[in-house]
Amino acid sequence: MENILSLKNIVKIYHNGVIANKDVSIDIEKHTIHAIVGENGAGKSTLMKIIFGEEAPQEGEIYYKGKKVNIKNSLDAIKMGIGMVHQQLMLAPDLTVAENLILGIEPLRYGVFLDLKKIIELTEEASKKYGFKVSLNKKISDLSIGIRQRVEILKVLMRNAELIILDEPTSVLTPQETEVLFKSLKDLKNHGKTIIFISHKLKEVKLIADKVTVMRDGKVISTNDVNQLDEHMIAHMMVGRKINFKRIPGAKKVGDPLFIVKNLSYLSEENIFVLKNINFELRAGEIVGVAGVEGNGQTELVEILTGLREATSGQIFIGKENIGGFSPRKIREEMVAHIPEDRMKNGVAEHATIEENIIVDRYYQDHFSNKNLFLDWKYISKSSNDLIEKFKILTPSSKAAILSLSGGNIQKVVVARELSSNPQVIIAAQPTRGIDVGSEELIHNLLKDARDNGIATFLVSADLDEVLKLSTRIIVIYNGEIVARFDDIKNITQQDLGPYMLGVKKKGE
Amino acid sequence: MNPILKSIFSPQFVFAIIRVTTPLLFAAIGVAISVLSGSINIGLEGIMLMSAFFGVIISAFTGSLIIALIGGILVGIGMGALLGYFHLKLKADIIIAAIALNMFASGITLFFLYIFTHEKGTSSSVKSLIFPSLQIPIIKEIPILGEIISGHNVLTYFALISVALFYYLIYKTSLGLRIRAVGQNPAAAESVGVNINKIKLYSLLLSGFFGSLGGLYLSMGYVSWFSRDMTAGRGFIAIAAAFLGGNLPLGTFFGALFFGIVNAIAIYISPLNIPSEFIHSLPYFVTVVALAIYSIRLSRRKKILSKKEEV
Amino acid sequence: MEKFILKYFNLIRVAIAILIGIIISVCIIYIISKEPGISLKSLFLGPLLSKSRFGNFIETASPIIFCGLAIAIPFQAGQFNIGAEGALFIGAVVGTAFGVSTNMPAFLHIPLVLLVAGLTGAFWGFIPGFLKAKWNTSELVISLMLNYVAYFIGLYLINFHFRDKAAGYLVSYKLPETAWLVQFVPGTRIHIGVIISLGFAVLIYYFLYHTTLGYEIRTSGFNINFARFGGINVFKVILISQVIGGFIAAIGGMTEVMGVHRRFNWQLSPGYGWDGVVVAIIGRNNPLLIILSSLFLAYLRVGGRILNLLSDIPSEMITVIQSIIILLITAEAFLAQWKYKITVREAKAKEVSSEPYT
Repeated sequence: MENILSLKNIVKIYHNGVIANKDVSIDIEKHTIHAIVGENGAGKSTLMKIIFGEEAPQEGEIYYKGKKVNIKNSLDAIKMGIGMVHQQLMLAPDLTVAENLILGIEPLRYGVFLDLKKIIELTEEASKKYGFKVSLNKKISDLSIGIRQRVEILKVLMRNAELIILDEPTSVLTPQETEVLFKSLKDLKNHGKTIIFISHKLKEVKLIADKVTVMRDGKVISTNDVNQLDEHMIAHMMVGRKINFKRIPGAKKVGDPLFIVKNLSYLSEENIFVLKNINFELRAGEIVGVAGVEGNGQTELVEILTGLREATSGQIFIGKENIGGFSPRKIREEMVAHIPEDRMKNGVAEHATIEENIIVDRYYQDHFSNKNLFLDWKYISKSSNDLIEKFKILTPSSKAAILSLSGGNIQKVVVARELSSNPQVIIAAQPTRGIDVGSEELIHNLLKDARDNGIATFLVSADLDEVLKLSTRIIVIYNGEIVARFDDIKNITQQDLGPYMLGVKKKGE
Repeated sequence: MNPILKSIFSPQFVFAIIRVTTPLLFAAIGVAISVLSGSINIGLEGIMLMSAFFGVIISAFTGSLIIALIGGILVGIGMGALLGYFHLKLKADIIIAAIALNMFASGITLFFLYIFTHEKGTSSSVKSLIFPSLQIPIIKEIPILGEIISGHNVLTYFALISVALFYYLIYKTSLGLRIRAVGQNPAAAESVGVNINKIKLYSLLLSGFFGSLGGLYLSMGYVSWFSRDMTAGRGFIAIAAAFLGGNLPLGTFFGALFFGIVNAIAIYISPLNIPSEFIHSLPYFVTVVALAIYSIRLSRRKKILSKKEEV
Repeated sequence: MEKFILKYFNLIRVAIAILIGIIISVCIIYIISKEPGISLKSLFLGPLLSKSRFGNFIETASPIIFCGLAIAIPFQAGQFNIGAEGALFIGAVVGTAFGVSTNMPAFLHIPLVLLVAGLTGAFWGFIPGFLKAKWNTSELVISLMLNYVAYFIGLYLINFHFRDKAAGYLVSYKLPETAWLVQFVPGTRIHIGVIISLGFAVLIYYFLYHTTLGYEIRTSGFNINFARFGGINVFKVILISQVIGGFIAAIGGMTEVMGVHRRFNWQLSPGYGWDGVVVAIIGRNNPLLIILSSLFLAYLRVGGRILNLLSDIPSEMITVIQSIIILLITAEAFLAQWKYKITVREAKAKEVSSEPYT
């Protein structure tokens, strides 16, 4: 069958030097549902951005319907017939479905006035043609996410998209809504559309896709017919790679449970159980690694554990104390430190100085301030300079603004602060994301030292290597649930974790 | 007490309400349009002042009402463009830029007033024109209703029409749709190829347009001269009126009307020893309460896990 | 040299904006004035040329400093509260009401009157502060509305309950002498309130940069997510920053009444609240810089009045110039290209020289 889209030798390097796509070549056949799977950082999002004109590749060519094309921006892509349904739905909440559908392509009378009749005609026509029933006059904010997504897809269809890209579409849907979506996708395929389906949920890929391309580390591993592979094989391709790290020496002494989570659940505003019945313990002197593709509830879990979000049900204990509902300060006072996953949003104030960033959790304590009233800047400076030295933060002065530092050094400031707060528990989320190798090494060593000093660490990371390198034991999270626990990980490889991370297996199956 | 009450319930009083509401309505529409696009314009005070001044000066020096009208409108749109330039292009904070433009207008109008007329307080020495009042045939004969509706300044009628214009613009044109989309979710608008900055600029230009009419009315309809700071805070009242009305056409009209009624009552009862200040403060107070209630509702809605409707 | 520019870039930008403003004023004077020499002298040197004029300059700066501080504190917390005008007005009204209705020795009277005014202003800041902290209501709109409520209620109180019918126009009763702030420089109206304003500026500087609450306020302004993440009680910060702002504005208004007029005689809102916005922006919300920017504004204003008196140029020119200066300062992209070029050059130089860091 003909290809509707051919990517040849695409190379994309970001400003910070990260090579997101290495020589990627994929052929997308017409009238197929083509899944692209890969872990976080595999390069799929970048590739989609390139196809949709949001990023430009350094090298490589794109052929659309046989012709070489240069996609300069999204409008170009839309005009060519490429449509994208982003993970974050792009709808105006107080406009109606019809208004959202024709935004940007409004049919006009006399060049100025909305042709309401035509709008209804066009939207009803599209709705009927593709079998997408939607209430045209309802406001988006009154609709469920499943319906909103349908509106997004219809929006894309109305702009004559022949190639539709869906980015992790089921991450926000209930199982029932997912079923409805899949039926619609099959109908669309029969209508002659081609669909690119980004996902990390392999069961779904098996269910809906005709072809699957596996990406890993910016490269394409292979493209196959789905019926030639089973989920295990796909998982193998997604995670398997040679081990290029050395595991840290094993934990010397694992002590008592310091942090206990019981039956934790979280129901989101959209009525989806983002976390279902989470149970685990953190013991002194161990690092519990959480393996899992991002978007399976880890972010919300970390926020709940650190007081930034309230759980719907369940308990969290530190020792005997139930800290559910505690404020971030109270949790920190229970000696729980937090390395946040989004350092620029939560971890630092970029226009403030290093000193000001370091003291955010301790400025009111003895030595840093006098009777919690007056700051002792002399002590603060000395303390900050000590930390700068100890953590090898590259900066001319402790009074430099955070934004003058490189990403790696910013993260070092965050880690320095959290580790120096004398915690008994550390919740670390994506601690080495986007930083240079040297800083990464340093932080890994620091986490190991913390562990050896009896601290319990909860390590959430989308980087499987990191999880395998540092963890004492591993739990795997998928779709808001803990689907596997590995207590003895001496011989565990990515291959063992992959199937669980991707929903292929569940411990007990 | 009686004669006052009688005059409050008289057609002249309702006529006065409509008269007083006119500039507020123009300005409030100007505010509302800007809010809908996500770039709130608190500079209507300055815009009205500029148009009020330039309308008078131009009409005095050219003797033409039409040229003054066009000039005043262009000045208002120009102020909107300036705000757009500083905020959208030079990345100035839109609130601070508007505050600066208000100050600018206050200063420059008086500055030019002196330069052009050698007066320091009002423009009474130059002969400026006024917009005509219209008597509507037939309707003016109707008792009571005729006294209320007929005989208003042409700009007043246009103000009422402007509510309809605002409505049609927002709900029936593609520009209006895009303005609302940009205000609600800029990313959504951008994803379908809408140029966000362009739309915001247009909304500011429209804001300037309606504001200019409010200013022109003040100096060429309400009275027939320009005097120092004659907008007297109406540009800020307009913000209250627009927000009270949810920044939508009908609401903005009622919001402006509310303030107009209050102002008219205050004028009428001031001969009595009832503190007019209470009446004057009422609309602002009501706005505070209304906004508070709105926020409480909004935050409650976020907390409650609502079951969304299915199709 | 370029490193210096980068480090103090923001201050340099402000200086350039002011310079442009001054250049424009000079140009306008030359174009319009028939006697540019006199005009220039009046504007730029006027306030220095006589004792009373200099006094005018200093005394004008006082309420502006207060309001600059009153605006700067919420601004530092990331709150867009512009209610200093209203807090100042209602605070002065209530303070005056208290002052004229009570009798006690000066050492009690003065602080109590100020306190009553301040608490009223604090309440005025509490309303938008609480609404924002609890329900995320726009403090900008609420504080703006409350400015008007304050004005009308304040006028009502003065005109209907504390009006001095003996005086020719609408003013309050005269404050008893025990509630006066002494004018201590003969030949001028410079009063103790000026000293108080400077004192407050130093105090607030110390407060913002050397106390824990000040740190909480500034950190919330830098990044409220970070503040919350770190354990700071942002509800408290949002609320308190606006309460303190209202308190200070009211004190500013009251000192004006006690030091200059000795009775409440504002029939129009004096506008110091808006001046406060101007000087807070020019002074980058830093209390010590606000002293300077307030003196700058006051100097220009008095110079403008003298200009108006002695020459043919209207004093409103000052308003125009100050608005241009603010526009330039708030335009972040102003001179951004210049900064970017320097930054790139510096980065390249760093690579080449590989400076060792401590």
